Formats: sequence, C-alpha cells, structure tokens
Amino acid sequence: MEEDKVLVEIEREIVGGDFQSAGDVSGELKKVLQQVGFPPSFNRRVVIAAYEAEMNVVIHAYRGIFATEIYEDRVHIEVDDQGPGIPDLELAFQEGYSTAPPHIREMGFGAGYGLSNMKKCSDHLEIDTRIGEGTKVVMDFFLNPEK
Amino acid sequence: MKVTQIVEPLKAEIVVGEKIAEQDIAGGYCGDLLSDCIANAKEGSIWVTIQSHPNVVAVAVLVGMPCIVICNYQEVNEETTKRAQKEGITILRTSLTSYQAVSVLSSLGIPGTKRHG
Repeated sequence: MEEDKVLVEIEREIVGGDFQSAGDVSGELKKVLQQVGFPPSFNRRVVIAAYEAEMNVVIHAYRGIFATEIYEDRVHIEVDDQGPGIPDLELAFQEGYSTAPPHIREMGFGAGYGLSNMKKCSDHLEIDTRIGEGTKVVMDFFLNPEK
Repeated sequence: MKVTQIVEPLKAEIVVGEKIAEQDIAGGYCGDLLSDCIANAKEGSIWVTIQSHPNVVAVAVLVGMPCIVICNYQEVNEETTKRAQKEGITILRTSLTSYQAVSVLSSLGIPGTKRHG
C-alpha cells in the first residue's frame, strides 16, 4: 500500500520578531492544502493551529523552522524554535494566560489562546520545551480522526 | 451583499480596493484579538476591528475574509496596505467605532456569523 506517501513537504524559516511577514508560512500552507483538495473545514483547523504555532515563534522565540508533511489523509507539522522555552506548560495551556509583553498584546497578539487553539484544532499535540534553549511543537491532523 | 454597498453607509474611505467590485459578504465578525478572530470568524465575513497592522491581513487571508473595516480612524501603515494589495483584501477605514460600524452593517441586514454555526 502506498497510502502513507508524502504528497508535499514544506520547510520554512520563521524569524522571531518579524511581524511584517508573520502568517506567511500558514498562508502558503493554506494554499497548498486547498490545491491538494482537502475539505475547507479540515484546512481551517490545520491553518488555525499552524498560525498559532507560527505566531508563537514570532512573538516569543529568536528563530524557528516550520516543517510540514502532507499526506493523502493527514497533515504532520513540526515547529522547532530556538527561544526561551516555556517554564510552566500547564499554565501556558490555560486560556488567557500569557507571557507576552504589553506592546505585543496591544496588537491583539499574545492573548493566551495560542496553545489552547492548537490543542482544540489538532488531533495530536506534543510539546517538548527546554528552558533557555527552545520549544518543539509537533501536531498531527487526520482527515478522519475517528479512524 | 456586495462590499461596494457598505462603503457609503459606513462613511468609509477605501484604503485598498482593487478587488472590491467582485467581493461579496455573507456575514460579519467583530474583534481585536487575533487568536479569537482566527478561531471563530467565518469564511466570507466582513471583519470589523481597530487593529491595523500588517498581520490583520494575514488573519483575513487565513480565514478567508474579503474585507476588513478598520474603525476609530486608526492609521493604516504602508506595510498593511501593500500586503492587502498583494492578497486582494479590501481595507475600509472609518471614523465610526466598532459598535457603530456593526450597528450600520446589522441594519443593512448583514448577520453576525461564527465558525461552526
């Protein structure tokens, strides 16, 4: 069976603090997902989670690599950053909890919904964080999650 | 409803409008927290906000919102304008507050919409 063949691979660098192009990687991913032909509701949840992961790097980290593998019936995303790490993951998952500074919040970012949006929209989420080194986020999205 | 039909009622200035003639709107969403908008706004909506930095265009593209109404006459910088032109997103700017803008859109019959019903 060839069902687990990668259809498209995307790997992009994200630069911390670069709010000008923030969202570009997720935008590119959206276009690719549409081209592959996944249903809009599936694409939307992948894109929401991808955007939050991308923005976390822009807001909190120095740089990161955003890598996606698109299969026929699933999408795998890994976002690996060099940054401060997350001191308390449990707290970070609480809606409304954020360590973003005020000037970031004024722009409507860093409201403390990133991780919970990622959790709600993905079928599998794993976060590996090392203080002072960085954070790696791994997410999987299945076209038929109940399988 | 056509996006062109809401410009006058909103007393809005068209900041970016290359694609305005071909855009329709099915509903509306209002908010300034980007995580909230990306998660809850519905495709095809008009987005009423006071945020005007370039990332609002990214959110509009990701959600699939054709038009952003920037309220309180917030300054729209060149990066935002360029990004909207590139992505074909319409940007309207009005001196109305978000509440006033939503009231106008509501009186025109544009319903509030949310993803997942």
